Amino acid sequence: MERIYLDNNATTQVAPEVLEEMLPYLQDLYANPSSMYSFAGEVSQKLKEARRRVAALLGAQAEEIVFTSCGSESDSTAIWAAVHSQPEKRHIVTTRVEHPAVKNLCEHLSHRGWRVTFVPVDAKGRLDTDLLYRSLTPDTAIVSVMWANNETGVVFPIADIAREVRARGIVFHTDAVQAVGKVPIDLQSLEVDFLSLSGHKLHAPKGVGVLYIRKGTKFSPFLIGGHQERGRRGGTENVASIIALGKACELAGSHMHDENSRVRKLRDRLEAGLLASIPASAVNGDPEHRLPNTTNIGFESVEGEAILLLMDRHRICASSGSACTSGSLEPSHVLRAMGVPFTSAHGSVRFSLSIYNTDAEIDYVIEKLPPIIERLRSLSPFWKKQAAAHAAG
Amino acid sequence: MWEYTEKVKEHFLNPRNVGVIDDADGVGEVGSLACGDALTLYLKIDENERIQDAKFQTFGCASAIASSSALTEMIKGRTLEEAAKVTNDDIAQFLGGLPKEKMHCSVMGREALEKAIADYRGEAEKKVEGNIVCECFGVTDLQIERAVKENHLRTIEEVTDYTKAGGGCESCHDRIQEIIDHVLGMVHEPPKKARKLTNIQKIKLIEETLDREVKPSLKQDGGDIELVDVDGNTVLVKLRGTCATCSISQVTLKDYVEKKLRELVVPELVVEEV
Ligand SMILES: Cc1ncc(COP(=O)(O)O)c(C=O)c1O
Repeated sequence: MERIYLDNNATTQVAPEVLEEMLPYLQDLYANPSSMYSFAGEVSQKLKEARRRVAALLGAQAEEIVFTSCGSESDSTAIWAAVHSQPEKRHIVTTRVEHPAVKNLCEHLSHRGWRVTFVPVDAKGRLDTDLLYRSLTPDTAIVSVMWANNETGVVFPIADIAREVRARGIVFHTDAVQAVGKVPIDLQSLEVDFLSLSGHKLHAPKGVGVLYIRKGTKFSPFLIGGHQERGRRGGTENVASIIALGKACELAGSHMHDENSRVRKLRDRLEAGLLASIPASAVNGDPEHRLPNTTNIGFESVEGEAILLLMDRHRICASSGSACTSGSLEPSHVLRAMGVPFTSAHGSVRFSLSIYNTDAEIDYVIEKLPPIIERLRSLSPFWKKQAAAHAAG
Repeated sequence: MWEYTEKVKEHFLNPRNVGVIDDADGVGEVGSLACGDALTLYLKIDENERIQDAKFQTFGCASAIASSSALTEMIKGRTLEEAAKVTNDDIAQFLGGLPKEKMHCSVMGREALEKAIADYRGEAEKKVEGNIVCECFGVTDLQIERAVKENHLRTIEEVTDYTKAGGGCESCHDRIQEIIDHVLGMVHEPPKKARKLTNIQKIKLIEETLDREVKPSLKQDGGDIELVDVDGNTVLVKLRGTCATCSISQVTLKDYVEKKLRELVVPELVVEEV
């Protein structure tokens, strides 16, 4: 096996069908879709098709789809639009476990005069929705709640939250970057105003995203420029990537069943296999409400970076929420918000699968990981104590 | 992806001297699970105060494990007096360098060694020295002061890289800045004068100082500076961007660039534009 890639929440492989679809637009079909000649018309027709394909996957209308440069831009645009189109409202509600794309923007706004409520989660990563509803006031400009968490895969009850928020006349945004393509989404039956997605999480290239804007939602552009995207996002379109994203959405629709059956089974088998053969390990998150492709496991008394580097020796790719890998000195804000004890937060590993993973790969990981954990534990001054405590129950 | 030297990787993959010495003469424990790294160092010391054996157990990332392994290799067979002189920088050097975000791993090694020696000498377990500045990682003012002095740290970020202080809630940043300012004020003159640099060291230091201290602020105003040559104590530079055409470029050179270089490299430097 060349590589066992279990880090699909970080990014995904571009699907071969997607690559094939986009390549002509990097080669012969290079016209600017805004131009008047028929050479350009071919390109703009293809963009329209991409827009329809994205809309179809989401149960949206084509005019409600705005292409952006990434998931982060979509998040920023939604929150910016809500805040700037309602300047009198100075309150924002979000959660403590958002991706930095939302979290850091909200923190930024909190230093600039907005009041921000960061709604907590429980030990399994479930949102305290009662607290969320109680925090809503006539001053609330927007509520932004992610559909699925990138680290744990925990899925929030977006349909309910959207209904409650909208019933109070408040704008609702969901960062669905991790959800799109993994769980069915039907915006027609949801009261969502803004939804963000990112191409590179569903087998399209990096650097292309979408912001869904419900018809009638007040909007104010983040990137001001030309007439592209009906003035909602200026800038000549990233044609090839948008076409790729359209194809990726079409594929995601046809793979949805596979994702929720075969991939889910692979994930469950990986999880059960590791928990059974590695003592003092536990799942972080809510197994009842979780993406089909993600598992986050905490291994006590070992440190994530060391695990990842030893796994890398076996060409296994995954992520960790440990301090050393989170780019800061503290373990991931998501695990801390859940109150995961330090003993296992530092040793947490996220495995995120895709339709390209196989049974053989899962077997390989179940075989290779236990000795790695054992080896690191044999170096650790804490392990004996922990093991004794664990054995005592 | 952290960029580790081959030596770090090698010591991480094949750590030397892992384990416990049951009848150790000195034991040093530092770090904690909460902090994400911890090291217990065991020393066996003979009657001539020579370290016969050293073993360790470490919880932490690759560089924490490699630093511990390196430390034991460096001190085995040495007298306590010699071993006590090992600095965190020596540990980092032994490994061919550590990423700057990981320097705290080498500091942890040095601290464990000090504790183990103190333990051997029967010096009463020193209480936390100084006052806690960083609550998140339990770092004291004295620890920060020492790291700043020994490693010539100048920014809060560097202090965080070496001690972890300030890497959590960040509420202690003002206090860390005060400590840096205090140390800089205190050690300004003597060590600079005392420092004897080889030509290569001098040029490197000039380059580093330009990169770190000068370029960022010039760039804010749309300018840039390039080091052309160093001739004795004359530093030849080229100004670029807005600096090059700006009428106050001479002022910039003398008042800002030269001052910085004199302060941070050697006081005799003269900066000239070519
Ligand atoms: C939940 C979530 N939101 C936003 C993003 C940002 O997406 P992008 O990398 O396209 O900016 C990511 C991806 O890292 C994510 O997982």
